[in-house]
Amino acid sequence: MMLIPGFILRLAVWLLLAPLLPGIINKVKAWVAGRRGPPVFQLYYDLAKLWRKGVVLSELASPGFIAGPAVAWVALVMAAMLMPLGPAGSAFGFRGDVLLLIYLLALARFCTAWAAMETGSAFEGMGSAREVSYAVLAEAAMIAAMLSLSVQTGSVSLTMMLSPTAGASAALLAAGLFTVLLAENCRVPFDDPNTHLELTMIHEAMILDHSGPPLAAILHGASVKLLLFTLLLVQAVLPMGELSPLAGAGALAAGVLIVTAGVGLVESLLARLAFRHVPLLLTTAFLLCLFALLVAWKGGAK
Amino acid sequence: MSEPLNLLIGLAMGLNLLALGSSRLPSLIRAMSLQGVVLGVMPLLMEHDSLNWRVAAVVFATVVGKGLVIPGLLRRAMRAANIEREIEPFIGFVPSLLLGAAGTIAAVALARNLPLLSEHVGTLPVSEPAGTLVLPGAIASIFTGFILLIGRVKAISQVCGYLILENGIYLFGLLLIHSMPLMVESGILLDVTVGVFVIGIIVDRIQRAFDSLDTRKLTTLRE
Repeated sequence: MMLIPGFILRLAVWLLLAPLLPGIINKVKAWVAGRRGPPVFQLYYDLAKLWRKGVVLSELASPGFIAGPAVAWVALVMAAMLMPLGPAGSAFGFRGDVLLLIYLLALARFCTAWAAMETGSAFEGMGSAREVSYAVLAEAAMIAAMLSLSVQTGSVSLTMMLSPTAGASAALLAAGLFTVLLAENCRVPFDDPNTHLELTMIHEAMILDHSGPPLAAILHGASVKLLLFTLLLVQAVLPMGELSPLAGAGALAAGVLIVTAGVGLVESLLARLAFRHVPLLLTTAFLLCLFALLVAWKGGAK
Repeated sequence: MSEPLNLLIGLAMGLNLLALGSSRLPSLIRAMSLQGVVLGVMPLLMEHDSLNWRVAAVVFATVVGKGLVIPGLLRRAMRAANIEREIEPFIGFVPSLLLGAAGTIAAVALARNLPLLSEHVGTLPVSEPAGTLVLPGAIASIFTGFILLIGRVKAISQVCGYLILENGIYLFGLLLIHSMPLMVESGILLDVTVGVFVIGIIVDRIQRAFDSLDTRKLTTLRE
């Protein structure tokens, strides 16, 4: 019986804290640019506003137009439940849950792309095509990173894999995972979340025709995904298992803040890449994770 | 002792991939010269007990030659020939990057199976498995040099590939630092410098004669 309150508490933490990260990123960007910027809680206001609004449905769209965002949101929240939270562990960790995590993320992406193509708009199809083609490389990098963590710890459950530090390959892994984070969450060098030009959008182009509660689900799901990847990066690099619970929670929060601020800085200081250069950067991320795997393998074979 | 050494070799391997992935000539030249400097200071770490003036002279000559003189000559040739900075790849950047990574991984995985002479392993603590990263590093650099030589169109990027290949051979030669006379090492360095010097002049000539540094056009030479 103790499990259920803990589960609800964890769900509440994930759902309530996730929209904070885009707010922090926007604050950092505004601060670098010398503006005051939108309030940190802006995404909460947006979500509340979208939730009250009605849905505009295309005559062409099948029920998948609504079902896609819903399934994607549930898949992302399920993936978030699998991710351990430092000293608190994960809600239901089991042997091999890392595979489920990767597949849940893929399912969420598939459903977003599917819902995007429901209206038959050309822009949505273009955005989906770009999202999916980048994902081929980003997922390869993600799988290589997971493999290297798994080889290093000799375990296939996320709680075990993320508790020690990544060792000698930590720097390689951190660089690779940070690039994957930027690509998966459609931040600058890969995609500009502030762009208003449909031709250059990736993620934004997919959600052009959504409105009301489905759009709120997509936006909230994207923020959950951002928090998920940030936590993955922080816990892969920091030795979570060796810290006391309080220090672990503090280190986790500080790490998440630092990574979020880092995303904001990258977004302020870099321009987005030309499309033809994106595969090169993603291949580099893949190679970084692959070399982390090599170091873990060779270091383990001593 | 082998920890900083391995770190430097790892850095050189990373620079290999940077050279394969860079789309501009200046960054390719920078990666190549930085790799030369990184490998140039390595004898100081290998000769921790008997640091004599001969080793110091080799280190100094290598660092100055590969870090300053050769990139300076290449940049001058680039300026004189007035060529655009974009590199035209024959093998695309992503495939060449993947090829280079595959070569590096294969080198790390397979280097221990190579038959080595006792002179080769004399300077290295073979009992430590990490101590043998010199050999994979050398093979990876040689492989990267080959890819650049085959896969790039412009003469200057091919020269950079040749110099990275030479870096690999130099790293291999470090294994023999006790058995190989100093004369050989300094002779190679002199050869390379003169070679780059001559190429700097030739590049200018090619540019004037063909209005391009594209080596594919050299095959259409007639009369």
